[in-house]
Amino acid sequence: MSNELIDFVIVSIALLAIGIYGLSVKRNFIRMLFAVEIVINAANLNLVAFARFLPHSGGQTFALFSIAIAAAEVAVGLALIIVAYRMYKNVDVADFRSLKG
Amino acid sequence: MVDAMFLGIAVLTIVSAIAALEMRSLIYGGIALMGTLGGIAGFFILLDSPFVALFQIAVYVGSIAVLILFTIMLVKKELIFHKKEDSKRRYAGIGLMLTIMISMGALIFDSGISSITTDEPAVDYRLIGEDFLTYYWPALIAMALVLSGAITGAMTLARRQDEVKDEQRTD
Repeated sequence: MSNELIDFVIVSIALLAIGIYGLSVKRNFIRMLFAVEIVINAANLNLVAFARFLPHSGGQTFALFSIAIAAAEVAVGLALIIVAYRMYKNVDVADFRSLKG
Repeated sequence: MVDAMFLGIAVLTIVSAIAALEMRSLIYGGIALMGTLGGIAGFFILLDSPFVALFQIAVYVGSIAVLILFTIMLVKKELIFHKKEDSKRRYAGIGLMLTIMISMGALIFDSGISSITTDEPAVDYRLIGEDFLTYYWPALIAMALVLSGAITGAMTLARRQDEVKDEQRTD
């Protein structure tokens, strides 16, 4: 295999950093969901890369679990967006006042 | 040494991830996110994991991205193109991103990961099915319950509360 493990890990770190940037800067609920998806995908890439280089089937199995759970998370997240939009007519998290503690 | 395919997919993935967060229109941002998810599927193929790659395409690029696009279309047009950002927060976010990249990159380069290479054949994807049905079967059932609970919860959340009242009014 011409690519090494560290190449995949570096791409994964870049994606993780971009996702954390999105989570910390963006105030739009939908964009925050995009950032969460990018972070989850960075984690999945790491799992599959380590599964290939060890090699062990566990990493791929966990990646499949992670993808399925992420699908559920997106479904609930989008439903929350719809409900919040219906209540506040906005998708800016700064406007979701009643969610504050 | 990385090959050209890896480099192409890496550029596609990272550029479209940045575009997904920075594009003015949420719809184009959603389409860029599809590029990121597709790029990750490309990496899975490079890592000799075709089963996970196809799962990624079916679940992420096929359904989640479409679900996100439809949700964006349900939001008012002005909000889709509206981008409100604090410049101080933005610079702080870029600083945080670079700090994470540099510190974690340095940590990874310093560790023994850079010396890991493999000439062994890839894991047979039939093993994944065996894993699911033997060692991980309780997790598989728990995942099925979580998924059905999440879908039921999402439908309950998104249901309009005033729908029944509207029907009663027309009667």
